[in-house]
Amino acid sequence: MIRIENIEKSFLGAKVLLGVSAEFYEGKTNLIIGQSGSGKTVLLKCIVGLNQPDNGSVFYDDRNYSLANFKTKKAIREEIGMIFQGSALFTSETIQDNVMFPMEMFGNQSKKEKLLRVNQCLERVGISGTNHLFPGELSGGMQKRAAIARAIVLNPKYLFCDEPNSGLDPKTSLKIDELISNITKDYNITTIINTHDMNSVMQIGENILFLNNGVKDWEGTNKVMFDSDSETFNSFVFASEMAKLLKQKQ
Amino acid sequence: MKFFTHIGKYMLLMGKVFSRPDRFRMFFKQVFKEIEIIGMNSLGIVAIVSVFMGAVLTLQVGINFIHPLIPNYLIGLTVRDTMILEFASTIICLILAGKTGSNIASEIGTMRITEQIDALEIMGVNSANYLILPKVIAALMFFPILTLISIMLGVAGGIGVALLTDVVTFYDYLDGLRLFFQPFYILYTIVKMLVYAFIITTVSAYHGYYTNGGALEVGKSSTIAVVYSIIAILVMDLVITQLMLT
Repeated sequence: MIRIENIEKSFLGAKVLLGVSAEFYEGKTNLIIGQSGSGKTVLLKCIVGLNQPDNGSVFYDDRNYSLANFKTKKAIREEIGMIFQGSALFTSETIQDNVMFPMEMFGNQSKKEKLLRVNQCLERVGISGTNHLFPGELSGGMQKRAAIARAIVLNPKYLFCDEPNSGLDPKTSLKIDELISNITKDYNITTIINTHDMNSVMQIGENILFLNNGVKDWEGTNKVMFDSDSETFNSFVFASEMAKLLKQKQ
Repeated sequence: MKFFTHIGKYMLLMGKVFSRPDRFRMFFKQVFKEIEIIGMNSLGIVAIVSVFMGAVLTLQVGINFIHPLIPNYLIGLTVRDTMILEFASTIICLILAGKTGSNIASEIGTMRITEQIDALEIMGVNSANYLILPKVIAALMFFPILTLISIMLGVAGGIGVALLTDVVTFYDYLDGLRLFFQPFYILYTIVKMLVYAFIITTVSAYHGYYTNGGALEVGKSSTIAVVYSIIAILVMDLVITQLMLT
C-alpha cells in the first residue's frame, strides 16, 4: 500500500499541488484522474521521487520515502516498476536487452535464467518473439507492452503508469488496461495509473482520485462515480455524449 | 549569476558522475561501447585532418623559409614541433568537440526528453554515473592515442609533400624531424589531450543531461555544448601552456 499525506508542490511560486492526501491499495488499480494541468503528473512524480514535494510525506508500506536515506530510497526504487507516457524504452537496445536491463543491473541470475524470465515476461504481455527487434520497429501498442514487460521483470511491489493509453486507439487502449489490471491482480501489486481516458476509468477504476487545480476533489470507485455530487467531477467525467448516455442509463 | 548557477549544477552533476558504479560488469561493457563510439569512430576524421594539416604546414613553412641563411631541415623540425605542440592536441580536439561533443549532448538530451533518464532513475540506477562516466573514461583512454596517431600522420603528410614537390628534399625533411627532439613536448601534448577529453565529455554531457523541452532544445543543447567546450579548450590551452612551457 502507498499512502500520501498532505503533498504540496509549487514551481516558481505557482502552486501545483495543495495538500493532497490519499491511499492507494495493494492488488487494485488506483487511478489518478483530472484535466490537463490539474497536477496529476506532478503528483505521480512526487510519489515516485522524481520530484521532491515542498511539504508532506509519501509512505511505501509504512516506510517514509520522503525522510528515507539514500540506501532505503534505492531499495524502494528497486521495488518500483514504471511505464512512461512515451514508453521510454532504450532506443539503441533491442527489446530483449531493454527487458533484461533491470536484471542486469540488480539481478544475480545466470544468463540462461535471465533469458527465460525475459521470454516469460514478453509472453505475459503478448509480444513473444520480438526479442531481437528494436523499439522503433514496433507499433505504439507493442512498445507499451514491452515497457510493461520491463516494468514487471523484477516482480515489482509497486507499478506506476503515466498515461499508458496516450496515442493508442480505443481497442488497443482497452487491451493495455486489461493487461495492467490482470498483472496487478496476479502479482498483488499496488498500481497507480495516471490517466484522463474515461474508458480506463469505467473499466479498471477500482480506486479513483480526482484532482482539480491541485486539490483532491473526489475519491471513490467506478461503481459509485455515477452517484457523485461533485460538480467539477461530473463535468469532467461525463463531458462526452457517450458518458452522458451511460449516466442516464444508470 | 547564471554562470555560477551553471558551475554549481556542473559540480553537483560531477559528484553524481564520479561515484561507484551500480554494477561494474555493466560499467565496463559501457566503457568498451563508448571507446568504439567516441574513439574508434573518430579515427577517420582525425586521420584525414592530420595528413592534410601536415602536408599544408610543410608547404607553407617551405614557401616562407626561402632564405640562404635558413637551412632546409628546419622545415621538418617546424612541422614536427607544431604538430606535437598544438595541432595534434588543440586543433584535433576542437574538431572532436564538434563531432563527439555534439553526439554526446544530443544522445543524452534525447534520452532526457524521451524520459529514458527518468526510467533509469526509477529503476534505482544512478543515471549520471551510468551514462556519463563510461564516456569520460573512454575519452581519457582513447584521446591520447588519437593525439599520437595525429602526430605521426601529420609528419607523414609532410613526407608526402617532400616526396611529391620540390619545396624540401626528403632527406632534409627527415634531418629536421630528428633534430632537437624534446620528449617533454609529448608529455605536454598528452596532458593537454587528457584535459580536453575531460572537458569535451563532461561539458557536453552536462548540457545534454539538463535539456528541457523537445527536439529543438536538444539541437540547442548540442550547439551550446560545442561552443562552451571550444571556449573551455582554448582557455585551458593557454593555462596549461603557461604552466608547463614557460
